[in-house]
Amino acid sequence: MRRFLFILTLFFSFSASAQINEIISSPPKPQKLVNDYTNTLTPQQVQALETKLYQYDDSTSNQIVIVIVNSLEGYSIDDAAIELGRNWGVGNKKFNNGVVVFVAKSDRKLAIQVGYGLEGVITDLTTKSIRENTINPDFKAGNFYRGLDRGTDELIKAAEGRYSAPEGYHKKGKGISIWNIIFIIIILLLIFGGGAAGGGTYVSRGGYTGWSGGGSDWSGGGGSSSGGGFGGFGGGSFGGGGSSGSW
Amino acid sequence: MQQKKFSKYIIGGVVLLLLIIYGVTTNNSLIQKREKINLQWSEVQNTYQRRIDLIPNLVNVVKGISDFEQTTLENIAIARADAIKGLSAGNSDITPETYNNQKQLQDNLAGAANRIIINIEKYPTLKGTAAYAGLQTQLEGTERRIKIARKDFNEAVAVYNKKVRSFPSNLIAGIFGFKKKEGFQADAGNDKAVEIKFN
Repeated sequence: MRRFLFILTLFFSFSASAQINEIISSPPKPQKLVNDYTNTLTPQQVQALETKLYQYDDSTSNQIVIVIVNSLEGYSIDDAAIELGRNWGVGNKKFNNGVVVFVAKSDRKLAIQVGYGLEGVITDLTTKSIRENTINPDFKAGNFYRGLDRGTDELIKAAEGRYSAPEGYHKKGKGISIWNIIFIIIILLLIFGGGAAGGGTYVSRGGYTGWSGGGSDWSGGGGSSSGGGFGGFGGGSFGGGGSSGSW
Repeated sequence: MQQKKFSKYIIGGVVLLLLIIYGVTTNNSLIQKREKINLQWSEVQNTYQRRIDLIPNLVNVVKGISDFEQTTLENIAIARADAIKGLSAGNSDITPETYNNQKQLQDNLAGAANRIIINIEKYPTLKGTAAYAGLQTQLEGTERRIKIARKDFNEAVAVYNKKVRSFPSNLIAGIFGFKKKEGFQADAGNDKAVEIKFN
């Protein structure tokens, strides 16, 4: 019995560490700007933030991504946020105008990492002040939504006027979002339509295991994407701008 | 008979053309990868410059203290002056010598800065100021940028070297005189560069 428990904890600790690696190494499909892997935010709150950040992306091409994980599993929060920003390609390739707001809930750590192109307007000190003066007080009170909402408002204010979306950016976003919808429909068909067939079940299982219990995240993603219509990440890079700390 | 000879020429010509196309694209790719190394190196230089620029702010923090260890201040002034000289020498060309020289000078500078920081920790009134907290954020951001820039540089060298060494692109590299960049990779895996650190 003890041995069984040991194997069980081993399995869970393995799948947990696989989770943060998984999150960092590949963006969720469909891609979205607000990624809460902890279910801290309600679906309505996720939707509200997603809509705000999508509209901001649409008008400026600046992409602010929010990621909430439970534990860092030994990662430094800066490394995690930078790696995630680079792997997901937050911001576009030309301007490198992405921002990653990375929350590690049980570690009580928050990092704001800024892409090369926005370092000039959102300085390290700006991110520090946004963290400490705007976000941290709300996080301390357990009010994650308010902190993230006001924090992203401050980020948007700081970056004001730096970039505007190039011609046709909106159209491109819309076009890809249709593909997202088709993708969701295909996935749904595979999951529900394939329930009877053996192959179908295999696909649905394969889709879930990597997320280790993140089944609800998938449905949340589908909902927010069809509502917001975020067009996807643009391949932006990060060079270490920003700051991090505990709350 | 005549036709057979003719088709031989065509086959020979096609093979030659393919070889030329391969040679040109490989050459272009090698040039691009070498250019990437230069680009990443200038990024490393930028981040070094950033560190050098912040040192006076650190020194200013302790300026007001009369009994502050003067030798630490003298040391950092020397280390900074050397690092500035090294930076302009490193701008011209990336050789393992300039690379290692730069690293040494920057390590010295970071070490000198760390000694000042340790001394500052003894003065709680200094440590608690908003100005010092702000400087800390800036220095931490700079150290992070240096780490990333150095990592990117080493990766660019590795990518280039792989192309120069591996078959068959190594043949083209040999013809056009692309040489493996050696001496940079020594500390890529276990990067032992000194970082400015706060407790």
